[in-house]
Amino acid sequence: MSEVKSHISLKAQGNNFSEPDYQLELLHNAGLTPFRENLERSGLQSFATTGLDVFQVNVGKMCNQVCKHCHVDAGPDRKEIMTKETMLQVLNAISKSTCKTVDLTGGAPEMNPDFRWFVESLSILGCKIMVRSNLTILLANPKYHDLPEFFAKHKVEVISSLPYYSAGKTDAQRGEGVFGKSIEALKMLNEVGYGQENSGLTINLVYNPSGAFLPPDQNALERDFKDRLSRQYGIVFNNLFAITNLPISRYLSYLVASDNYNAYMEKLVNAFNPVAASNAMCRSMISVSWDGFLYDCDFNQMLDLKIASAKQHISDFDPTEFSGRNIIVSQHCYGCTAGAGSSCGGTTA
Amino acid sequence: METYYDPKDLKKFGKITEFQKELGEKYFEYYGAVFKDGALTKREKALIALAVAHAVQCPYCIDAYTEDSMEQGCDEEQMMEAVHVAAAIRGGASLVHGVQMMNKYKDLSM
Ligand code: SF4
Ligand code: SF4
Repeated sequence: MSEVKSHISLKAQGNNFSEPDYQLELLHNAGLTPFRENLERSGLQSFATTGLDVFQVNVGKMCNQVCKHCHVDAGPDRKEIMTKETMLQVLNAISKSTCKTVDLTGGAPEMNPDFRWFVESLSILGCKIMVRSNLTILLANPKYHDLPEFFAKHKVEVISSLPYYSAGKTDAQRGEGVFGKSIEALKMLNEVGYGQENSGLTINLVYNPSGAFLPPDQNALERDFKDRLSRQYGIVFNNLFAITNLPISRYLSYLVASDNYNAYMEKLVNAFNPVAASNAMCRSMISVSWDGFLYDCDFNQMLDLKIASAKQHISDFDPTEFSGRNIIVSQHCYGCTAGAGSSCGGTTA
Repeated sequence: METYYDPKDLKKFGKITEFQKELGEKYFEYYGAVFKDGALTKREKALIALAVAHAVQCPYCIDAYTEDSMEQGCDEEQMMEAVHVAAAIRGGASLVHGVQMMNKYKDLSM
């Protein structure tokens, strides 16, 4: 295998791991029990949505970071960005739906030139807004320095990755110097009230393992994070979500290159938990890509597995059409069902 | 290459019940209970196990509890400190016997 460069996306390198078909084939040929078989054994023959609680909107793959585990294969060289026209279609869909919770992700969603307009429009619609911010973006350019105030104004819930409470593990996964900048950004958020008692402003952190292993118990880790971050840096936050790395895109490429792929997959399969499967986030969400297509989750989006419906675009959104739809699953889904389960909101079981 | 220790053998640990079912099963039941959250957290127990693994120099246990410590949220610094605890106690256990040597030396000396 050719050497994987760490500062540009796999796509820009023309690397096979940026191709959905290549990844799906690799996952299928690993000789593991098909995911669907495990679902069936757990009484989940029909694996369909149970409702719609969240619109997760990926506003683009552009990012100021190039994290080693990124399932989006995001980076500064990615030009796929949601247009205002598509955002209008999303707004239109939300206004037709009873679901008013929107989770904005990327890339670095803040880099989309229409990001603020989109947040303001969602706010006018009365939406509860979550933004997955990588923290360092707040310091990347003076034009982003006032984002904490902007977030506070719209009561945006900020969800940010911090793989560890020290620099070593954080920088190994997210890039040199990321830990220091993340700490600075967290202080900026704390200053405008995020994480402070009774402020009504929520900042949640996301832990994911910096390597080929599973996450720890979420509550125990949250206690450690809270203790360390407050003692060493005076930082406060609300909740910690411990999530599992799914074997796709850059993380899959890392697993294969480091010779950890088989052992990791085996670990995921052995840890299959029917309760986590039954509570998987795809059962109550819909994911919208930068170009407006619909998926059961952000991972399926990256593997180009569109929803099982004749209407696969946000411009065709019809709330009745999408409820109770069958979810498209594949071998990567084992990442959501291992142990205590994993979702964009942390453990599920 | 054939060696006395094969990493693959770790996965076969459970098979010790093939030769003595009752005792093997009792052991694994006890083992499982020991590592549950109790007065000590799973994380603290993983670090103790890692230190003991180094003290008894069991390669299987070192592999297993390196991974377990990582999965309990420990970093390399904490894990190396645990190994130093093992080394300090092992070193201390040798050195403290120096007192016995000194006693005997004095007994035999004029
Ligand atoms: S993980 Fe997040 S911050 Fe890192 S490259 Fe991907 S989108 Fe950017
Ligand atoms: S990868 Fe997506 S579709 Fe599969 S279980 Fe996870 S959330 Fe559901």
